[in-house]
Amino acid sequence: SSTSWRSSITMAAIHTRDYSFAVLPDAVDRTSEAFSHNSKSMDALISDLQSHINKVLAGGGPEAVKRNRSRNKLLPRERIDRLLDPGASFLELSQLAGHELYDESLPSGGIITGIGPVHGKLCMFMANDPTVKGGTYFPITVKKHLRAQEIAAECKLPCIYLVDSGGAFLPKQAEVFPDKDNFGRIFYNQAVMSAEGIPQVALVLGSCTAGGAYIPSMADESVMIKGNGTIFLAGPPLVKAATGEEISAEDLGGASVHCKLSGVSDYFAQDELHGLALGRNIIKNLHTAGQGHLQSGRRNRNIEYEEPLYDARELRSIAPADHKQQFDIRSIIARIVDGSEFDEFKKLYGTTLVTGFARIFGQPVGIIGNNGILFSESALKGAHFVELCAQRNIPLVFLQNITGFMVGSRSEASGIAKAGAKVVMAVSCAKVPKVTIIVGGSYGAGNYAMCGRAYSPNFLFLWPNARVSVMGGAQAAGVLSQIEKSSKKKQGIKWSKEEEEAFKAKVVEAYEREGNPYYSTARLWDDGVIDPADTRNVIGLSISASLNRAPEDTKFGVFRM
Amino acid sequence: SGSGSNRIEKILVANRGEIACRIMRTANRLGIRTVAVYSDADRNSLHVKSADEAVRIGPPPARSSYLSASSILEAAARTGAQVTPLSGSGIFSECLVSENRYGFLSESAEFAQLCESKGLIFIGPPASAIRDMGDKSASKRIMGAAGVPLVPGYHGNEQDVDMMKLEADKIGYPVLIKPTHGGGGKGMRIVQSPDEFVESFLGAQREAAASFGVNTILLEKYITQPRHIEVQIFGDKHGNVLHLFERDCSVQRRHQKIIEEAPAPNISDDFRSHLGQAAVSAAKAVGYHNAGTVEFIVEHPVTEMIVGQDLVEWQIRVANGERLPISQSEVPLSGHAFEARIYAENVPKGFLPATGVLYHYHHVPVSSTVRVETGVEQGDTVSMHYDPMIAKLVVWGENRAAALVKLKDSLSKFQVAGLPTNINFLQKLANHWAFEGGKVETHFIEHYKDDLFVDPSNSVLAKEAYDAARFSATLVAACIIKKEHSTLKENIPGTNGLLSVWYSSPPFRINHFASSTVELEWENEYDISSSKLLTLLLTYKPDGSYLIETKENGYPGLEVKAEELGEHEFRVEVDGVIMDVRLAVYLKDQTKHIHIWHGSHHHHFKQKVGLELSDEDESQHKPSFEASSHPKGTAVAPMAGLVVKVLVKDGTKVEEGQPILVLEAMKMEHVVKAPSTGYVHGLQLTTGQQVSDGSVLFRVKISGCNAVLSRNAYMITEHMMEFDDSDSEKLCLADVTSKLVVNTKLSE
Repeated sequence: SSTSWRSSITMAAIHTRDYSFAVLPDAVDRTSEAFSHNSKSMDALISDLQSHINKVLAGGGPEAVKRNRSRNKLLPRERIDRLLDPGASFLELSQLAGHELYDESLPSGGIITGIGPVHGKLCMFMANDPTVKGGTYFPITVKKHLRAQEIAAECKLPCIYLVDSGGAFLPKQAEVFPDKDNFGRIFYNQAVMSAEGIPQVALVLGSCTAGGAYIPSMADESVMIKGNGTIFLAGPPLVKAATGEEISAEDLGGASVHCKLSGVSDYFAQDELHGLALGRNIIKNLHTAGQGHLQSGRRNRNIEYEEPLYDARELRSIAPADHKQQFDIRSIIARIVDGSEFDEFKKLYGTTLVTGFARIFGQPVGIIGNNGILFSESALKGAHFVELCAQRNIPLVFLQNITGFMVGSRSEASGIAKAGAKVVMAVSCAKVPKVTIIVGGSYGAGNYAMCGRAYSPNFLFLWPNARVSVMGGAQAAGVLSQIEKSSKKKQGIKWSKEEEEAFKAKVVEAYEREGNPYYSTARLWDDGVIDPADTRNVIGLSISASLNRAPEDTKFGVFRM
Repeated sequence: SGSGSNRIEKILVANRGEIACRIMRTANRLGIRTVAVYSDADRNSLHVKSADEAVRIGPPPARSSYLSASSILEAAARTGAQVTPLSGSGIFSECLVSENRYGFLSESAEFAQLCESKGLIFIGPPASAIRDMGDKSASKRIMGAAGVPLVPGYHGNEQDVDMMKLEADKIGYPVLIKPTHGGGGKGMRIVQSPDEFVESFLGAQREAAASFGVNTILLEKYITQPRHIEVQIFGDKHGNVLHLFERDCSVQRRHQKIIEEAPAPNISDDFRSHLGQAAVSAAKAVGYHNAGTVEFIVEHPVTEMIVGQDLVEWQIRVANGERLPISQSEVPLSGHAFEARIYAENVPKGFLPATGVLYHYHHVPVSSTVRVETGVEQGDTVSMHYDPMIAKLVVWGENRAAALVKLKDSLSKFQVAGLPTNINFLQKLANHWAFEGGKVETHFIEHYKDDLFVDPSNSVLAKEAYDAARFSATLVAACIIKKEHSTLKENIPGTNGLLSVWYSSPPFRINHFASSTVELEWENEYDISSSKLLTLLLTYKPDGSYLIETKENGYPGLEVKAEELGEHEFRVEVDGVIMDVRLAVYLKDQTKHIHIWHGSHHHHFKQKVGLELSDEDESQHKPSFEASSHPKGTAVAPMAGLVVKVLVKDGTKVEEGQPILVLEAMKMEHVVKAPSTGYVHGLQLTTGQQVSDGSVLFRVKISGCNAVLSRNAYMITEHMMEFDDSDSEKLCLADVTSKLVVNTKLSE
């Protein structure tokens, strides 16, 4: 009875009190030298990132953009903006694909992909950039397109193809055309997704030549723009060469031909804006009733939520400028979860791995973060926690900053390989949405255990300070120089100290280059490099997209005990 | 006197619009029940809603409803019979008919007589007085006898056209042709030269017959710089007559006043008292009671404001047989009042009446010093059947200067969207130095037309206007984007708000700011041909503000932050300056219309919508902003109306400027003339046919190959409207038939 007087008055307060003991402390000393040093270092990295991004946002350059405009065409990001619900967010993927990958620059890899809502339905957008090499498919363009389709298939997102492409980039046909995950896979994916009931919609806003002609042809519904949109297996020059027939592109494969005669396209658009509006209409009319596997798994979500207690911009000052220095992952968690509330699981056991429950934009999540090297205990704890989340359909967020598993006789004897295998098994098989953010190092088997790219997290993003490689450059140099030294010794060749140092430096340099986030993101080893301050937004959107499908049951394999 | 059983308990208001509403307001205050009458066009109008009872009296044309004495008397009988007498006297015949403005029934002596014969009290002057003064010819004679100086003219009963022509020649041109009955400029024509006389005279007769039921005409010397001053008089049944000072109603267009004020500026006290006394003697001469003016048009508000009296109440009391409540010496003269008449009309098209829906109507808040007399509400239609007045805005101040400040402020807060209005024009008038100085006369608008109309070729003014529009567009962009977001927040698409994370504000983008392009087509009220597309690039800033840039060079981007106060009200901060902004948004003809009011500015923008329309027929989708450019020589209807006369047959060879057909709309006749010399083509219209606004009436195909580029025409010229010749060449070169600017020409 002593509590009755306050129950009616202070429900809200009590509710808060339930959580208050789990609120993470600030734990950041803003006056410290490290803080300002870290900020400065991160600011420089972010400004690099920004300058790379500004370049790709400009597309294929002023001339190409001007030419595009003169044809009454919008740029791909503008097209997407007009398809999206007004004022909606857009989760763009791999903005820096193709970055310094080829001799010529290929901004955004020649294709813009990402997720956003149309009439309240999340869709995957794949938009060719005609200002970049005529929208042709380089190998990385194909890879980025396939990655977007992979996400769409996984998250059951309707696909909107904004087609404006000259097809495969012929000089690189060997890397574009023949293999399993090459150009043909795009159409295969369209067929398989369509069979699954995932809508495939194509808007033909420019050329769709040769192989590209199959994108609209394979689509469930397609729109063509008068004047600009063309679909043909062979363009006018090839037709003339082959049959002698002289015909304009519009008469050969324009919107009128395909909407009135051939039936290759379904909706006739007067201009691009009209076409985009028709595209929105198609999504509006989608209907998924009775298709259980397409029903959203977004449940158990609090509509009301609190922002983190601490400024997200301070995430730019937490990661140490020096990669060798450790930091408490909880200071990141405190800046990305609702109300900075984090209910830690097995806090006192296997302390180099931090696990616990929190909410992000009201959505319950399980968070796994590194606080040092992985030991057997931390691996077991991780496996346990993943099992918990899998059983309860709680999405997992991995915050990677891991140099690897502990090595040495004691460690091996403790069965660290077995413990590591358990967490890898758990992570691989858990059928819950997984989002990985690499906030520092991502090395060796640590990358595996913490759901690296090979473990198919739904989304994987890097901070600009991230490093991804099998081991650190110095360690690799040490290992490789040992091997080289003994090999030289066998051959009786003398290796001077200078030569050895030069050898090591070369290895370190290569590791540094290849472990760089831009090297990674250019090759699509991830879904993008992000500003640390955006981490909460990116995770929130990623999880929301991942939950666009019905939950699945998890079945684990054999755990080595 | 005036007491007992036959006091007025219930009145039938034989009028519509703001007058009817005004009368009912006073009646309500006095506990007198009201009966409205309505035509089919007015079934849902405000005056019907304001009345205790309402009776249908016929189809929309005034002739068959508001001008139909029998219908109105029947309505009075029906509603009288339905009411149980309160006094128990068994007599409840006091259904009374009040008077009205546009020559509906108030000026019909026969009607007053009919009321009297049916035992109804007619609230208005006695039949004999109406006959004498309503007949302008008779009133001129009486006024002459009362010593009021008169304009030379012909006021005789003989109406033969040839004889009238001789009289006109005698008076000397320009001559004013004026129906003897009615007012409001209907049927009036100015004839500049003898050869125009016959056509004008016959037109005036037709219009007079249509509007007033009487087609007699008087002629007057047309005076080029007169002032229009009315004296308010009042008489009771006991022989008392007094005046309530004068009003100046000089500022007119189309011979209808648009601004009036009381007292008249720039006249001496002596002259004022002389005017008053002359009016009183004239009234006494005709045995006048009830309110009236020497012109018999009862316009109360500005007079009411300066004497602090409710003149509708006075009329009812006089009708009750009471004595006037005060004597002449007790009539106060306090301060100064202005009335601005807000019309639905097309100012640059020569003030042509406009029709349409009042999609947004939000007038200035009323107070003891600001009155708004209106007969319409938001959502109402201003139809072609009646006068297109929306409201009378009446303000009072301690003196003329103070009242003028109030007038300007109130005009800037008077928001109407959906149809063109004269509000901007009234603002310009009120701000004109000559008006500020009280230099009013009936040709004021013509005289200062260079200041009052924006000359599209004046690049300085055009740039000023454009810059103002661009700034407004910036505010609009910020407000609609803000609104978009708050709407999203309340109603997140998708299921149960589970996607709300995708609709955060500002919208999220990875490593860059989201942006949005807002395209607004500026509708330049004063220069229809220069509508311009403004493309604004809006970038969402993390702090919730927007960076808004136009695509033109030389204009810096503006940092704008909008805060939503209400449905369409905003508080907007632009580079540190905070201001109130109000928007009105509505859909019409596949286009989104956005109006903005801020400070003294009002702008109108259009936005493309309806792109969802899909059709494989390529002709069906037309960019909505492209002005429909008809081929040269096409005549299109300037407004919706009725064909009253077709003067030539299809295929006839015509001269440029030759009258082809006559349209009637808003009870005004419009002569549609041949836009060029050639052969009439496609003229399929017959008398009695309805045409819609902008519809093609006919084409004149130019004969021969040496076609002369001359007056490329829209258009009608009406008796008081003509093209300004200086514009014709330019217009032809532009070859845009629908964008003609018509200047008003009141006299040479």
